[in-house]
Amino acid sequence: MFIINCPYCGERDQQEFKAGGEAHIERPKQPTELSDDEWAEYLFMRKNIKGVQFERWNHAHGCRKWFNMVRDTSNDEIKLIYKMGEKPPVE
Amino acid sequence: MKNKYSVFSLIKNAFSYHENWEKAWKDATPKKEYDVVIVGGGGHGLATAYYLAKKHNMKNIAVVEKGWIGGGNTGRNTTIIRSNYLWDASAGLYDHALKIWEGLSQELNYNVMFSQRGVMNLAHNLQDVRDLKRRTHANRLNGIDAVYLNTDEVKKFCPIINTSPDIRYPVLGGTLQRRAGTARHDAVAWGYARGADEMGVDIIQNCEVKGIKRNGDSVEGIETTKGFIKTKKIGVVAAGHSSVIANMAGLRLPLESKPLQALVSEPVKPIIDTVVMSNAVHAYVSQSDKGELVIGAGTDDYVSYSQKGSHQIVEGTLNAILELYPIFSRMRMLRQWGGIVDICPDASPILSKTAIKGLYFNCGWGTGGFKATPGSGDLFAHTIANDEPHKLNAAFNLNRFVSGDLVDEHGAAAVAH
Amino acid sequence: MPENFRVKSSEFIDETNRISFKFNGKTYYGFRGDTLASALLANNVHLVGRSFKYHRPRGIMTSGSEEPNAIVQVNENTDTTEPNVRATEIEIYEGLEASSQNCWPNVNFDIGGINNLISPFLPAGFYYKTFMWPSSFWEKYEYFIRHSAGLGKSPKKKDPDIYDHRYVHCDVLVVGAGISGILAAKNAAKNNLKTLLVDEKNELGGSTLFQNEEFNKIENQSSSEWLKKQIQELKDLKNLEVKVRTSVAAYHGYNYLLARENLTDHLEKKDKQNKVRQRLLKIRAKKVILATGALERPLIFNNNDRPGIMLSSAVKKYADFYGVACGKKIVFFTNNDSAYESALCLHNKGIKVEAIIDIRENSDSKTVKSLEASGIKIHWSHTIVDTHGYKRLNNVSIMKLSKDGMTVTGKKIKISCDCLGMAGGWTPAVHLFTQSGGKLRFDEDNKVFLPSKYPSKQISVGSCSGDFKINSIIKNLDLNLKDFLEIKKTDFENIDVKCDSEKSKRNIWLLPSDKSIGKTKPFVDYQNDATAKDIKLALREGFRSIEHVKRYTTTGMGTDQGKLGNMHALGIIADTADVKMGELGTTTFRPPYTPLTFGTIVGRNVGEFFDIFRRTPMNDWHIEHKAEFENVGQWKRAWYYPVNGETMHEAVQRESKAARESAGILDASTLGKIDIQGSDSSEFLNRVYTNAWSKLAIGNCRYGLMLNEDGMVYDDGVTTRLGENHYIMTTTTGGAANVLGKLEDYLQTEWPELDVYLTSVTDHYATASVCGPNSKKILNKIVPDIELSDENFPHMSFKEAKIGNINCRIMRISFTGELSYEINVQASYGKSVWEKCIEAGKEFNITPYGTETMHLLRAEKGFIIVGQDTDGTMTPVDLQMDWIVSKKKYDFIGKRSLYRSDTMREDRKQLIGLLTDDPSIVLEEGAQIVSELNQNPIQMLGHVTSSYFSPNLNKSIALAVVKGGKDMLGKKLYIPMENKTINVTVSNPVFFDKENLRINA
Repeated sequence: MFIINCPYCGERDQQEFKAGGEAHIERPKQPTELSDDEWAEYLFMRKNIKGVQFERWNHAHGCRKWFNMVRDTSNDEIKLIYKMGEKPPVE
Repeated sequence: MKNKYSVFSLIKNAFSYHENWEKAWKDATPKKEYDVVIVGGGGHGLATAYYLAKKHNMKNIAVVEKGWIGGGNTGRNTTIIRSNYLWDASAGLYDHALKIWEGLSQELNYNVMFSQRGVMNLAHNLQDVRDLKRRTHANRLNGIDAVYLNTDEVKKFCPIINTSPDIRYPVLGGTLQRRAGTARHDAVAWGYARGADEMGVDIIQNCEVKGIKRNGDSVEGIETTKGFIKTKKIGVVAAGHSSVIANMAGLRLPLESKPLQALVSEPVKPIIDTVVMSNAVHAYVSQSDKGELVIGAGTDDYVSYSQKGSHQIVEGTLNAILELYPIFSRMRMLRQWGGIVDICPDASPILSKTAIKGLYFNCGWGTGGFKATPGSGDLFAHTIANDEPHKLNAAFNLNRFVSGDLVDEHGAAAVAH
Repeated sequence: MPENFRVKSSEFIDETNRISFKFNGKTYYGFRGDTLASALLANNVHLVGRSFKYHRPRGIMTSGSEEPNAIVQVNENTDTTEPNVRATEIEIYEGLEASSQNCWPNVNFDIGGINNLISPFLPAGFYYKTFMWPSSFWEKYEYFIRHSAGLGKSPKKKDPDIYDHRYVHCDVLVVGAGISGILAAKNAAKNNLKTLLVDEKNELGGSTLFQNEEFNKIENQSSSEWLKKQIQELKDLKNLEVKVRTSVAAYHGYNYLLARENLTDHLEKKDKQNKVRQRLLKIRAKKVILATGALERPLIFNNNDRPGIMLSSAVKKYADFYGVACGKKIVFFTNNDSAYESALCLHNKGIKVEAIIDIRENSDSKTVKSLEASGIKIHWSHTIVDTHGYKRLNNVSIMKLSKDGMTVTGKKIKISCDCLGMAGGWTPAVHLFTQSGGKLRFDEDNKVFLPSKYPSKQISVGSCSGDFKINSIIKNLDLNLKDFLEIKKTDFENIDVKCDSEKSKRNIWLLPSDKSIGKTKPFVDYQNDATAKDIKLALREGFRSIEHVKRYTTTGMGTDQGKLGNMHALGIIADTADVKMGELGTTTFRPPYTPLTFGTIVGRNVGEFFDIFRRTPMNDWHIEHKAEFENVGQWKRAWYYPVNGETMHEAVQRESKAARESAGILDASTLGKIDIQGSDSSEFLNRVYTNAWSKLAIGNCRYGLMLNEDGMVYDDGVTTRLGENHYIMTTTTGGAANVLGKLEDYLQTEWPELDVYLTSVTDHYATASVCGPNSKKILNKIVPDIELSDENFPHMSFKEAKIGNINCRIMRISFTGELSYEINVQASYGKSVWEKCIEAGKEFNITPYGTETMHLLRAEKGFIIVGQDTDGTMTPVDLQMDWIVSKKKYDFIGKRSLYRSDTMREDRKQLIGLLTDDPSIVLEEGAQIVSELNQNPIQMLGHVTSSYFSPNLNKSIALAVVKGGKDMLGKKLYIPMENKTINVTVSNPVFFDKENLRINA
């Protein structure tokens, strides 16, 4: 079980958090103008990366804030955590 | 023809101290080109190769496997086999598989120990009761054996369940599919490998796919750790790693790969003679022929390829086990392990062509793929050979995520896989 | 009277404290400090159990948790029985009863022993090759397989014991309290690091604790004397916590470890009462020091499994620690010097050592020389080719080994003995290291796998890191600790350590016999009866991966998880397949290290604590009034209130009539309530609900439907505008937490620009819903100050009021179709307000009703219940609720998905009403609906979602979802049940008061 460094609360056990899937998939501003394919891409298609992945986490049993995490999914090593709205780091 | 397995061959070989048994399958090195390459040497991949050779008269087939065959989810699951699914499409798919299971040991001349000891699903609240009844009615009309049991009948069928009305999640009823049961997971991979090998399929282990070569909209071959292999048809059956292969071809799939854990207890004399699943509390238990209680835990909620999950999942599962089977409190966990399961948003699989010609995907089985192994192999072989799906897997196409025509076993039936 | 094999008093055994126990029904005696194994050996009992497959007689092989053979059932037929307990780990106590397993009728005469005779026909994997004919017979074969497999028996009664969890946070965790662990823990604690030291045994000190060899000296004392002083000094360290009988089971990522602390298993029954039996320590350590030691290896030769054949180190420990001789004529068989240490110690205690058989050509260490001087015969370059004695070893046959070690030559010599100590070298216990994700490297010289790369802040020290000699252990420990703990010095640097050193090495994984291998039984995995020839058979059949071999032969899959034999299996595979062991790798070391009790993992999470119930403030009233309860999500909700022995049906019919004829009252406190504030609250609601919210006037209420982004109905409820920028939203009972989570997600991640604040207030309010034609009169009695006219307080509006001093919010909203008021008060006043309503309603026969009546009344009105009439595949259009989907709004959650090709289909499943042709028949919820009976396969159109007998209409009614149902009004359909078909007609889903007159009645 990971230790996650919540940007608002500090280090906490993974049990307090919920994962929210891939990060930086912005909800389209004008959904009605998307084709069915484009909408499906937003709704369902995921990179599901083996390796370094950007994802969303929520401190559900804590401050309930959402934040971003960069994690290596091949060994679960957390590389970086940053707040919602902050720009993702470039490699 | 390989030497046939039987009690007579065992006796005969005993006199030569078992020194004359042939290889169950040979370790092949890749040829330059194949008509079809199956990526992934699990049960589904090996079965696909077997049926391509057996039913579609294809001979030049390879199965490439990154590690050892059957080492992924085939060798890590809790081996539950059933077909009592809610939706027509799912019922058709899984019952097709179940029918093959019923003769599989004889077909493969390999005892896969398919044991029809029944699978029972429990209801713990009024909505569970409605859902299970709905499913039982649908099963009956789809020709699938399923009965609804009241609490007393549940107790009679599996006396060790705590059916006291005073527990936190009282048992209000359940469904039973008698034709359902379990099989020996490793034997399924080995049996299909032996059968495929006999028909000339090359089984190439320790061969990891590194890239997919495309020419425009068609595939031309695969790059592997054992070199380039030319082929016009690639069937990807890579379970948790499906997205990794898809990314090589520039495709995205509606999948997330998550840790799923399971555990066994120390072996004891027979104590539970069926398979009992409870989705509401998340407790699945059966007992292997060796005597171990085989317990399926849940998935974590994050993507991971580490084959490790969190302890809270195991703890939660055992909490549920002791809620329903307080007598197991002094039993001990012998081993726990994790697998990587590829989960679709609708909890149904994908057996489909893709936008790239010659590239086929068989994935998204989530936590319940083992039961479908023979059917999945058969239907995927059909899809690859004919470049179009069989009517039984037509609904499990990739386009359903665009049209919205999902096969939602997830939301619909509260059915665990 | 059994002979006494207790040869010498031991400081670790309290001979003043005699303990009686039973084994296989017979009473024996031992002393405080004995394990079941040592006490049995003291009574000359070696035969303890039968093996898994061949039912061969087996004895005690080890003195620790690696024991494969001596596993027993404890306290059979009691509520504290336990299967498969290692006799080497059971500390005896007065009243202990243990018995052999896997044998019938008893361990001395076991019918299953016939398997040993037919074993030539039962090679590895035989079951994959047979039992296939006739196909229907598999389950009959399987019945016998299942009954002959298994080991002990599962408990059959409820466990009387309690278990516990404890979270531990420390700077340093030291696993293993041998000499390395003790020194590590001591120096960590001395340097102000909060340290936890754990060991699975009941004593600290590991094997050094009884190390009195003259060649091993630390500061001129015997190593045991020196170590005892170190242990004494631990007591004064305030930063150190020491836990014995504590076994680390699992080592997960991020230095998260699980350890089982055994608290009462060694106590007699009266002392166990009301105490925690085992505690699971959930440890987060900043740094971990693994000092888990090493396990001695057996040797693999023909018939190496008979009772009396043991590990050399175990023979030594039984003598040194427990004062027990494992035989009268003991032979050692070895490939290294450690057997000589054992032999010397026995010799010095007066236990007869018959001979030493050494596969090496010679050794010139001091230990060997000193043993030679004692006159004990050493057979150099010899191996055991066979052993004899069915239930107890009585002799071994040895022959000379060829130079290459592949064959034997010369004359066979028989040596009579009743105990054989095997010394096959040492395997570092790297289990926890690999569990943590560590990678191993193979040390070709010593034939051991060693930790190479640490995945977290941890080190391995002592013999688990490959250090086997005390001088190098101490030297390396000093260097490693300074570096790892970042400390300047240790308290043992530069101490004087002397020890003997071993030079000559010879390792043969599978020792040859004069018989061909096919005729021998060299066991690699004792418990599972896997032999070296099984491994060779697997390789011959093409199972080349070590995982394949393991699975095919079941090597290493017993309850000892192959702690003894796995290395030999790898060695035999490497030799046979001609690959290097380092390239072969190991099988995965899976947690737990030793089996972990389910109860311990579960701890206190049993019974009601499995999942806490939530109860409303009015719960006590419901209990006092004999309500039956329904579990909804985590809530206990009153289901119905039977009076005078009513059935559920009778109660519900009465409650339903009362609510429509006069007045009813429902506890609606469980509905989720979210307080929404902020200047963008209206815009926020516009985006999350399908309908428009901007124009809702302050003081008014509106029903809303919430979708998932995939367009499917997710939740519903009434939201009230309390002020310009203030709303209170209600959600379904089960959906409350998820809805809040979803709304927070959108607010924080997609729409951070919105000024909106969400607060869950579900538990803060209690809600009593008073409905029925007389509800206005009742309200008037409770809140006389409020003008209740339809003009002043119309349907779908709200008022603040006071009941006495209690502030309340009253919403005039209705889920029953009746005139209805929901009174919300602060939770602590819930029961008193409820009772006031009941009191005020007495003259109108106000009738409390539960969820079942609520469901019935709303079904009469065709109102849906999300989760019952929907299942995650229904859009608002499918529910014929197009009216609530705003066409004007540019966007809302799920809108885009409603315009996909499948969601726009006309023939989707749609919500309709169903009336049975025979109005007395109540349909079964979940029943499937068809339009044609004579089809194959039969086409199912949908199913019944809600079904009741309506007392107000005096007929049955049902809601259903049916493909293309909205165009089927009046159509005849069929419900094919198991033994009959029910004819039904499609109707409007609103069955009662279609004109909605009663809401203003």
